[in-house]
Amino acid sequence: MKKKLEVQAIENGSVIDHIAAGKGVKILKFFQLTDTNQKITIGLNLPTGGNTTKDLIKIENTQITGVQANQLALFAPDATINLIDDYDVVKKFKVALPEAISGVLACPNSNCISHNEPVDSLFYIKQKQQIKLKCHYCEKSFATSFFKELD
Amino acid sequence: MTNPLFKKDIVSIADLSRSELELIVATAKKLKHQPQPELLKNKIVASCFFEASTRTRLSFETAVQRLGGSVIGFDSGGNTSLAQKGETLTDSVKVISSYADAFFMRHPQEGAARLAAESASIPVINGGDGSNQHPTQTLLDLFTIYETQSSLENLNIAFVGDLKYGRTVHSLAQALSLFNCNFFFIAPPALAMPDYILEELDDAGINYSIHGSIEEVIGSLDILYMTRVQKERFDETEYQHLKSAFVLTGSMLENVRENLKILHPLPRIDEITIDVDNTPYAYYFEQAENGVYARQALLALVLSNFFQEQA
Repeated sequence: MKKKLEVQAIENGSVIDHIAAGKGVKILKFFQLTDTNQKITIGLNLPTGGNTTKDLIKIENTQITGVQANQLALFAPDATINLIDDYDVVKKFKVALPEAISGVLACPNSNCISHNEPVDSLFYIKQKQQIKLKCHYCEKSFATSFFKELD
Repeated sequence: MTNPLFKKDIVSIADLSRSELELIVATAKKLKHQPQPELLKNKIVASCFFEASTRTRLSFETAVQRLGGSVIGFDSGGNTSLAQKGETLTDSVKVISSYADAFFMRHPQEGAARLAAESASIPVINGGDGSNQHPTQTLLDLFTIYETQSSLENLNIAFVGDLKYGRTVHSLAQALSLFNCNFFFIAPPALAMPDYILEELDDAGINYSIHGSIEEVIGSLDILYMTRVQKERFDETEYQHLKSAFVLTGSMLENVRENLKILHPLPRIDEITIDVDNTPYAYYFEQAENGVYARQALLALVLSNFFQEQA
């Protein structure tokens, strides 16, 4: 049976695959992936092998960095990154949660000092049953759903 | 012996190891019985209260003076450049660092002490940052428990009252979890110990149980740690009902262990009736006095190599 590509193949760049359906657009916004002139192809609610759906992002001529890949794990713990060169997958890896994330998330605690001072936010990440982020400053722990950037 | 706390910031109880907690308790005991009126001679300590406080500020400033040091500072944030001219805390702290040898602070926002410690070139001692940490309260509690029980290990300790919002009980439970104590939590369901603290205790393998009244456990306790159930969190009828289950009266102390001591971070409102004050079990006023010795101990360790010299 001929396999039909749901989303157009790219020559060079990165493919973020196996994003939970509904998170694709949030990832684009969070990583400001649209602040570029490169061609971006997005697939939303694509069927997977099973009965579920996924989102997918392809960005031409852009390499997703290791740091970005780990931050991606906060949105899409099952995502995989494919680095593409001349239409071939030259590297494929699963995302992994980073130990800490700095500068990109605002503390959900409105009384945390990090909101009023010239400092980068910093969260330590722990995963047991669910992912929790503990603020370096106010020491409070939050599930990802508390962060407007992640939810 | 090297003093591991020399020039160290004291921001959060979670930053202190078991041996550091024991060192502070042993130092407080030593200073209570052998005052050192010249230990901090020629040292200046900044007492920076960006939020008003009575006991913490007075006991801290007393501690500095009992050790022969001098205090500079302010007792509310309203008159500072921070409030009036919009200076950042980071800048204020850098400037104060150039005047004093150490810095003691209270601030209404969580995380302020951590931020200050990162900006300051002198040791910072946290005297309370919003609802987050109040490590010197925990240290005086540990010292008081040690003083009354001659140990911090394997004690039966009940916490009563507002266990949800009370940072005092959270920090104390975290610190005591390093000493293998058994905990009994007694609170109205709306003010129960938060899940994240219970998870930490589970991870540390600590025995704890949850109870609906003080009487259920009072006979087996070494320490009964009372806190105030804040009236404003309940409607009047509910409050009156709750009060009866979470108030300690003299008549409840008939069949208790001889070594039982009742502690309370104060202010007490009506959760301990005054007939308890005259029993041999009441120890909350001594506990408040111990705040001076615990803070002296911290200052002594952070600001002098006194214990290194003694070794």
